Amino acid sequence: MKPTGYFLIKSGHLIDPAQDWDFRSDILIKDGDITVSGCNIDEDSLEQGFTTIDASGLVVSPGFIDIHAHLREPGFEYKETIASGTKAAAKGGFTTISCMPNTDPPIDNVSVVNFIHDRARADGVVRVLPIGCVTKGRLGKELADMEEMASAGVVAFSDDGDPVYDPLVMQLALSYSGDLQLPISNHCQDHNLSRGGVMAEGRVATRLGLPGIPAAAEEAMIARDIALASVTGGRLHIAHLSTAGSVALVHNALEQGIPVTSEVCPHHLCITDKWVFGNNGTYTETAGPFSYDTSTKVYPPLRSDEDVEALIQGLEKGIIPCIATDHAPHDIASKQVTYEDASFGISVFETALGSLMGLVHSGRLSLSALVERLTTGPAQVLGPKFHKFATLAANTPADIVIFDPDNSWVVDVNEFESKGKNTPLAGCTLKGQVLGTLVKGEIVFQKSDFLLRVEEIG
Amino acid sequence: MTSSVPNIRISTEASDHRDVEGKTGRFHVLDLDDFSASEIFEILDDTEGMKEVLARDIKKVPTLRGRVVVTMFYEASTRTRISFEEAGKILSADVINMSSSGSSVDKGESLLNTGLTLQSMGVDAVVIRHPHAGAPNLLARTLKGVSIINAGDGLHAHPTQALLDLFTVREQLGKVAGLKVVIVGDITHSRVARSNMIGFCKLGNQVVLCGPPTLIPEDLKTLNSSEMDTSFLNQVQISTDLDAAIKDADVVMALRIQSERQTAGFVPSIREYIRRWQVTGERMKLANSNCLVMHPGPMNEGIEISTELSHGDQSYISTQVTNGVAVRMTLLYRLLSDHKFVDPDSGLSE
Amino acid sequence: MGLTKKFDRPDSGSHIDEHQVMNHEDIRRALIRISHEILEKNKGSLQLVLVGIHTRGVHLAKRIASSISDIEGGDVPSAQLDISLYRDDLRERTRPPVKATNLPVDVQDKRIVLVDDVLFTGRTIRAAMDALLDFGRPEMIQLATLLDRGHRELPIRADFVGKNLPTSRNERVMVRLEEEDGYDEVCILRGQVS
Repeated sequence: MKPTGYFLIKSGHLIDPAQDWDFRSDILIKDGDITVSGCNIDEDSLEQGFTTIDASGLVVSPGFIDIHAHLREPGFEYKETIASGTKAAAKGGFTTISCMPNTDPPIDNVSVVNFIHDRARADGVVRVLPIGCVTKGRLGKELADMEEMASAGVVAFSDDGDPVYDPLVMQLALSYSGDLQLPISNHCQDHNLSRGGVMAEGRVATRLGLPGIPAAAEEAMIARDIALASVTGGRLHIAHLSTAGSVALVHNALEQGIPVTSEVCPHHLCITDKWVFGNNGTYTETAGPFSYDTSTKVYPPLRSDEDVEALIQGLEKGIIPCIATDHAPHDIASKQVTYEDASFGISVFETALGSLMGLVHSGRLSLSALVERLTTGPAQVLGPKFHKFATLAANTPADIVIFDPDNSWVVDVNEFESKGKNTPLAGCTLKGQVLGTLVKGEIVFQKSDFLLRVEEIG
Repeated sequence: MTSSVPNIRISTEASDHRDVEGKTGRFHVLDLDDFSASEIFEILDDTEGMKEVLARDIKKVPTLRGRVVVTMFYEASTRTRISFEEAGKILSADVINMSSSGSSVDKGESLLNTGLTLQSMGVDAVVIRHPHAGAPNLLARTLKGVSIINAGDGLHAHPTQALLDLFTVREQLGKVAGLKVVIVGDITHSRVARSNMIGFCKLGNQVVLCGPPTLIPEDLKTLNSSEMDTSFLNQVQISTDLDAAIKDADVVMALRIQSERQTAGFVPSIREYIRRWQVTGERMKLANSNCLVMHPGPMNEGIEISTELSHGDQSYISTQVTNGVAVRMTLLYRLLSDHKFVDPDSGLSE
Repeated sequence: MGLTKKFDRPDSGSHIDEHQVMNHEDIRRALIRISHEILEKNKGSLQLVLVGIHTRGVHLAKRIASSISDIEGGDVPSAQLDISLYRDDLRERTRPPVKATNLPVDVQDKRIVLVDDVLFTGRTIRAAMDALLDFGRPEMIQLATLLDRGHRELPIRADFVGKNLPTSRNERVMVRLEEEDGYDEVCILRGQVS
């Protein structure tokens, strides 16, 4: 069966928040675009040569958009490459991803931006939008050549991995990039307050004797950035919120009319610091060999039940407009060390939907709202140019994900496309899984039994 | 709060770290939190027997003949390392010492590789001291068939020190239940405090943690108010007032305070620390008449403990050292002698 | 955890038969006879030290010491030996707690009489001799046992035996003493043991 770029997706549960769609219907794809959508299509009326995808019982939505991921190339190809990372993204249902610039060399000039584009064109299977550094070399001192990079195609700026430490530099950056109408995504972490910390400050850290990262390390810088955004009118985006206090700060800013956008990661919505104790969050009184699980080590750290609750509410109420994965793959050697020596980061692409569906199944978030936070939400942060990738409307690019909201599956890291097998969800049972992903009308990922649904006609 | 975190079911079983190749009974000593009170009492009882061996002319028994014990000390410590070495050798085990020289900490990568190399060499037990919490747990999780004994990991635990402290208290006071135990000093940076807190609580004693407010972990101050309470930590109290805490105490344990804490700003000055938290003869008058003064060593005389008190306890300190060897003998014996444990009270003879 | 009391499985419908083979009086008479035999063989109580093996051998040693004292006057020292640190059968045996060894006198040049409750494979006695020799060089070591149930695995024999008790290998012998269990008796446990 060869992909033809000419597909009829039948009887899917179409969810398209951009058009307020949430009903059963058909979609026709031809030459990379959605040509007919949202109505019952009579097969006999179609030109020959199409392939039918039977999507009954499945959800069909715009492909997910991730504005925060680490593809590690150039410089850290042993952890991930654009090839492996985009394959993993496709498996997770993501059709457009933004890659962070903490590569080696960092994405702080046009030639590296072009390198990313070239690689993505050659080896990537989904759309890759580079993010440029805020400062040269990510050193936090001098602004990078933002306009030049913007012309080459970067969609935002960030020094992610590190904060923009100097408030004056941040202020100038917000002002400058605001003029370009591009957002600055800040990794808010006050290094003085978080010094030496490896997990969230709290009861678990104390029992395990691990240095803690206080919530204030994140909140203090968010408060600072909101004040700077207010003054400069720049487009501030707060990366990976993790505390209840951060949600409150963002909420407060929005109420005052300061346009701050923010994102939250799937793991911060369902995993707590108790998981460091081992036993996947089922708290046991005793630590043991299963404790100090380095797959839980991530920045910002996994926090308390109260923080998770506040983030879920923030997401649900729209205070946090989008979900981003912060996919951070690492090689095994970086994680098979003591907790203090281990690298920060979780490999997220392939478990994102499954873990997020937990919120839908427990009634915290409607399916439609979840899809919105994964599609229109991120598209809004990126800007109007990208809205067409976040919808199922006719005459838009055919970036589509087809998923089963209900099937149970066990996370087996050996099956990951990503080189990064570092996830605390290894071995867990999730409910909800991507079966097929299309970018520009071509299938870039399909689960093995998905083939049964695909039937060439004519 | 259970509803907010979505339910993710686990499909793999957490493996029981004790159950290795049909061997039953304890396999690792990582911290005291997975010891039951009855197991701790058995250890204290066995240690009496071990102490008798130490009193003999020929301090040698053939029990662990053919077993290999390796000590890996990534932090300088002559005293504890020698204690383990002696314990192993008296039991006729072969003890090999490895220490990382210099003050730089080896990266964790070589820790794991070193452990795997030892595993292939057929080593039976590894005694490890490491500046990172969880280093013994990492080895316990990755190595097969090697018992791991924690000789102190970062700020987390020092279980053998706590066991020897429990033994010493029982030896000196005749019992180790229903006592009031005050641990005073830099609680935040003390793994001895943590393990002792767990040990004394498990055996049914009241524990008071006392020290500068900046050196007591924040969440320990609200110990009894969250769902993360462990059943055996309910008797812990926090205080910053030593004179109040020491009243009617049966045991006072003074912890070492390092001068770096003062430079880092945790206490305004050492003088102020001494004023408020030094264990002195005067303060000891508020405690019970036969209250024990203990110190995990090495002591800063004149700082956490007054000079005259520290000198008065000379004979007592050498007891602690002997007890340390005896307790470690007991642990090595229990871990490595491969006995199947059966209820000794069943009264069955050969 | 993990222990298998083979003979206690409720589902197999097995039950244990306790069959008494010695009562309080039998034990008393046996110990008196042993005391006489020790004195006869050693031509008196000079240089004698009775060393009981934990746990019940210790009580028997004390009783024999007291008995000897009654018969000839004078005091025979009795001592206790814990052999758990000397066992060679580490995998199979039960592990009682490590008790203290207490030898109040020097063993050098003495005539030691080891005292135990049951002599079976002989491994306990071998371990006891190892332990004893770590303390010095006695002139002679003899063995007194309340029961000899056969099935020796080492070339070891008792000098003084209270009662010879033929048993099958998988039967259990239960010795109860007043100091330990509240009363004196010896029983054989028969029952489903598979």
